[in-house]
Amino acid sequence: MYNARTEQRRAWLQASPALIWLGFFFLAPLVLILIYSFQGRADDGTVLWNWSLANYQKLFADGSFWRTLWLSTWIALVVTAITLVVSYPLAFFMATRSPKRRGLLVLAVMIPFWTNFLVRIYAWKVLLGNNGVVNRFLDQFDLGPLQMINNPSAVIMALIYGELPYMILPLYAALERFDWVQLEAARDLGAGRFQTFWRVLFPQTLPGITAGSILVFVPTVGTFAVSDILGGTSVNMVGNSLSLQFGSASNWAYGSAISMIFMLLLLGAILLYFKATREVNDGENPG
Amino acid sequence: MNTPTWAVELDHVTKEFRGSTAVRDVSLKIADGEFFSLLGPSGCGKTTLLRMIAGFENPSSGDIYIEGELMGETPANRRDVNTVFQSYALFPHMSVAENVAFGLHMKKINKADVATRVKQALDMVQLHAFGDRRPKQLSGGQQQRVALARALINEPEVLLLDEPLAALDLKLRKEMQLELKSIQQRLGITFIFVTHDQEEALTMSDRIAVMELGKVLQVGQPTEIYERPKTRFVADFIGECNFIDGTVLAVENGAVTLETDGGVRVVGTGMFPVAAGDHAVLAVRPEKVRLVEGQQPQGTNVFAAIVERVAYIGSDTRIIVRLPDGSPFDVWEANTVSTLDPNQYYTAGDPVYVTWATQNSLILER
Repeated sequence: MYNARTEQRRAWLQASPALIWLGFFFLAPLVLILIYSFQGRADDGTVLWNWSLANYQKLFADGSFWRTLWLSTWIALVVTAITLVVSYPLAFFMATRSPKRRGLLVLAVMIPFWTNFLVRIYAWKVLLGNNGVVNRFLDQFDLGPLQMINNPSAVIMALIYGELPYMILPLYAALERFDWVQLEAARDLGAGRFQTFWRVLFPQTLPGITAGSILVFVPTVGTFAVSDILGGTSVNMVGNSLSLQFGSASNWAYGSAISMIFMLLLLGAILLYFKATREVNDGENPG
Repeated sequence: MNTPTWAVELDHVTKEFRGSTAVRDVSLKIADGEFFSLLGPSGCGKTTLLRMIAGFENPSSGDIYIEGELMGETPANRRDVNTVFQSYALFPHMSVAENVAFGLHMKKINKADVATRVKQALDMVQLHAFGDRRPKQLSGGQQQRVALARALINEPEVLLLDEPLAALDLKLRKEMQLELKSIQQRLGITFIFVTHDQEEALTMSDRIAVMELGKVLQVGQPTEIYERPKTRFVADFIGECNFIDGTVLAVENGAVTLETDGGVRVVGTGMFPVAAGDHAVLAVRPEKVRLVEGQQPQGTNVFAAIVERVAYIGSDTRIIVRLPDGSPFDVWEANTVSTLDPNQYYTAGDPVYVTWATQNSLILER
């Protein structure tokens, strides 16, 4: 009895730095945002303390907010799907090299992290802009100019470029643990190439797929920098709405309401995703 | 079609991997219902041979026939063979029953039949109570049985086993040897069994192929392999053996007389054609040698020796003696009398005579 209690006390003690940190810098701001979302905007742009559901009523009636949310979701889904399809074969290739080669390849995947993300996004603008490297090259042959930025494609492309490592690394981690003899065992038991992948390799790499998808989807759906730099005014994502409300529009209360709705929808989506992937994994019932 | 049909026929099969030859010109015929072992040290090509029969590798040259049908590049999933892997290779995300059912699912057998056959297969390996468990929740021996059931449920013409017992402890391994043999006899399926454990091969096999450096050195029944090895390597690899190098002096009615460099004469049974002047080696197993104390025995193959080390191992006493030329010589004596009398056993330094009968020693190529 006594031992169990000391054991418990020690566990709390060990967790307390993290708990204090999270409580102070995560939970408290979250509660603050929740409270703000029920307030109003004073004329000078500060928060007007006046409890009401006005922000939420306005939000649900605001067609442009839902279009923004839809565009963000759609872009994030496309980015997640393409990074997954591109990363899986690459991670497979990496995981099937010799251990020495693998280390080098992992390093190569992480090299982009050595340069600031914003700098890399601006680099795309330098390349693809109306006055950019590609268009100047085309100009030599009296071709173009091609409109390659300020559209969703440019945003999607840059996001895929930026998010690839976050998909590759969890997939690689899942594949590296895989016992490759199982593929031969499946073939030996009569499975073709597709069945071998679908019934043996895929279910066992599902945790990596889930982790990678969430690591890519969540930052993508909330991005504002990439859509700002490469999307211009034509690509308005939720992140841009938030940055507008907390920035130049100076309506923290309305911005907080957007945050809350956005967060709830994201949480719901992730829970659904977890449930779906778990069902796929448990789908192999005995005949 | 070849007549008669063999379960597996290898016709001059060679496998090369980037400059190194894993299997060299192997030809074998394995009969239906036979328990056939591929025995050899690691790196001798036995596993590569098995993988070519399974369809995981294709021969660089030569042909493989299964039930008389030329395999060519037929992929593993379309061959009527199944494999029990050394590491078992069970699917960790499936239950034991799902693992066993996998092959039948791939064949699109209807669900009711699959359920019945899975139950039978699990009964056969005494795991009926474990169908819902995950492989990780089973012991090594139980996982081994799941791997066996998963392969046998497909009723293959040939079952390939790649050192399936290597990871088990000694007692469990002996149990599984007997169980495997009895399952094989009951089902009448051809087993091709890869092992580096000579005792395992001798215990279980109808026939054994001994391999070294990609080549098959000798194929035969366990008694043939042990009692009539054709080469020094086979004699040395299977069991223990003493070797005495010499030059052939005379050949008479199959008995070959060798003279050692030290001028001692030994006589053994000739196993390959030799003529006077050839270099050859006499091989004699330690359990076929007798030690004599006191009076020098009469006849051929008698050496004076000094006992150097004595190891009592219960059923036998293993004695290492030194011959006059300084070379060690192993002698095993069965402990046929139950006694604690220390005089019954040899001690280091005892002068003895070593002797064996001509028919118990073989003359092999050096």
